[in-house]
Amino acid sequence: MGKNPEPRGVRVAIGPQHPALKEPESFSVLLAGEKILESGVRLGYNHRGIEKACEERTYVQDLYLIERICGICSHSHSTAFISAVEEIAGLEIPRRAKYLRMLIGELERVHSHLLWLGVAGHEVGFDTLLMYTWRDREVVMDLLAALTGNRVNYGVNTMGGVRRDVSEDQKKQVLTAVDILEERTKYYIGVATQETTLIQRLSGVGKLNHEDAIHLGAVGPTARASSVKRDVRKDDPYLAYDEIPFNVVTSDHNDIYGRAVVRCLELMESYNMIRFIIANMPEGPIAVKAPRKVPAGEAISRYEAPRGEDVHYVRANGSEKPERVKVRAPTLANVQVVSHMLKDGYLADLPIVVAAIDPCFSCTDRMIAVAGDMAAINMGGTAFPGCADAGSKARATWEQVRQHGIEFYRRRGVDFARLNETFTAGGR
Amino acid sequence: MKRPGRMFHEVMRSMFRKAATVRYPFVKVQMPARFRGRLKFDASKCIGCKLCMKDCPSGAITIQKVGDKRFEAVFDFARCMYCAQCVDTCPKKALEATGEFELAQLDRGKLIVTFKNDCPVAAAAAAPAGTATATATAPEPKSDAHE
Repeated sequence: MGKNPEPRGVRVAIGPQHPALKEPESFSVLLAGEKILESGVRLGYNHRGIEKACEERTYVQDLYLIERICGICSHSHSTAFISAVEEIAGLEIPRRAKYLRMLIGELERVHSHLLWLGVAGHEVGFDTLLMYTWRDREVVMDLLAALTGNRVNYGVNTMGGVRRDVSEDQKKQVLTAVDILEERTKYYIGVATQETTLIQRLSGVGKLNHEDAIHLGAVGPTARASSVKRDVRKDDPYLAYDEIPFNVVTSDHNDIYGRAVVRCLELMESYNMIRFIIANMPEGPIAVKAPRKVPAGEAISRYEAPRGEDVHYVRANGSEKPERVKVRAPTLANVQVVSHMLKDGYLADLPIVVAAIDPCFSCTDRMIAVAGDMAAINMGGTAFPGCADAGSKARATWEQVRQHGIEFYRRRGVDFARLNETFTAGGR
Repeated sequence: MKRPGRMFHEVMRSMFRKAATVRYPFVKVQMPARFRGRLKFDASKCIGCKLCMKDCPSGAITIQKVGDKRFEAVFDFARCMYCAQCVDTCPKKALEATGEFELAQLDRGKLIVTFKNDCPVAAAAAAPAGTATATATAPEPKSDAHE
């Protein structure tokens, strides 16, 4: 953008604050009439500094912080993180703990996919679907609350295993709930494949062909709806996924309709997996004793979250706190695909195209580049002291980050120091 | 058969069904047994190891020594994220998560609760919420770890 003469058209900013978006994110689209000629995504409006905060806390504390990266796939993030930590510490968790983690993980996938189905219905004006899927989603939410204690942020993982066991009564409860959900999901599959208004609204919208999906690095249901057979649970099995029979659902529709079908059919796979997990739950302890200090080392862990592949990197230095934690949420992999999918589409399709990747922007916004010369450029000439010299790997301290924040806003005309004065003078 | 109005039957049937929602403030909801709500502290069991303070992700617990082998706890429920890690950490089971979840307050000070050692445990349990000598005084100096 910028230097080349712009094609004839009108540039419209969608976001950061826009009724069509559930979270602040900036999409800039160039329109010719209703048609989108090109579009750009700007990330960074939801940065929360979680990675930096992780460096200041112990592994046990980080677990709960990491869990709060996302309210929907909280278990995915915490499992991915703790798996990396356990790998560094050389901890082998009991088999029962693995099965319990998978159980919660699959229940989480069920609630996330049902949530998406409702959101997709809402975005295309089919609010009836939203009402009914979300009503049925309560079944799995209540189940998660009964198993773990909470509806979201289950807090079920701990270093060396899980915190809560599943009793025989609860196993029966799970099976009953799964039966209800399966029946309801069959109904929704019927709706998705027979309701003409829904099929016509979603077919051919947000096209992403097989080659582009691979080229742009799409993950999760977005990639699988373009016949990319990509699923970490099959490709690089973690926990005990290699012991569970399941199919990777793909579709060759290459559009949003395909993504809806993939998610619906994945629900059916998840129900079968949950039944298998319950039937084959090994006996034994649910956790092993874990040390507070983790030996120096590094690990990467991958996890198939409901939205796609989650990647966590942890570097330990032998103390109680990690030296570096890096999180790559699935939305970051899929967000480039959105620009591609919007191209040659219509403005009215933008909300559903964005919603089709099941975006979670606050999960994604996490990075800030402050290494070497880049620091001076990215910071608009005010590099962190100690980070500005080329090749320096020095990390910013909290005070430097704070000062940078104040300076960043001052350049944009907001002076926090003066704001404080005004409030104090005003008798606050 | 592809046709519009596939959900019409469902909609019509739902008109005569019981509402899926709960009329919450009028109908009380029961939390699941494993719910992690407001914490309860039994000062007589506390040995002052301060492991809960160390593990608390949000710095909501302060254990103070008030005498020989006597400790009291100050909880900041506005900071607490209700993960109940302290309950797992405590080697003497002095902490317990209750099912209490209606904790909204207009005054932040009311969420800072001191559990005193000399307070009889039974009385604290029987008394209504926040009466384990709830203090509305100025916040205690917190550990500066997260400031």
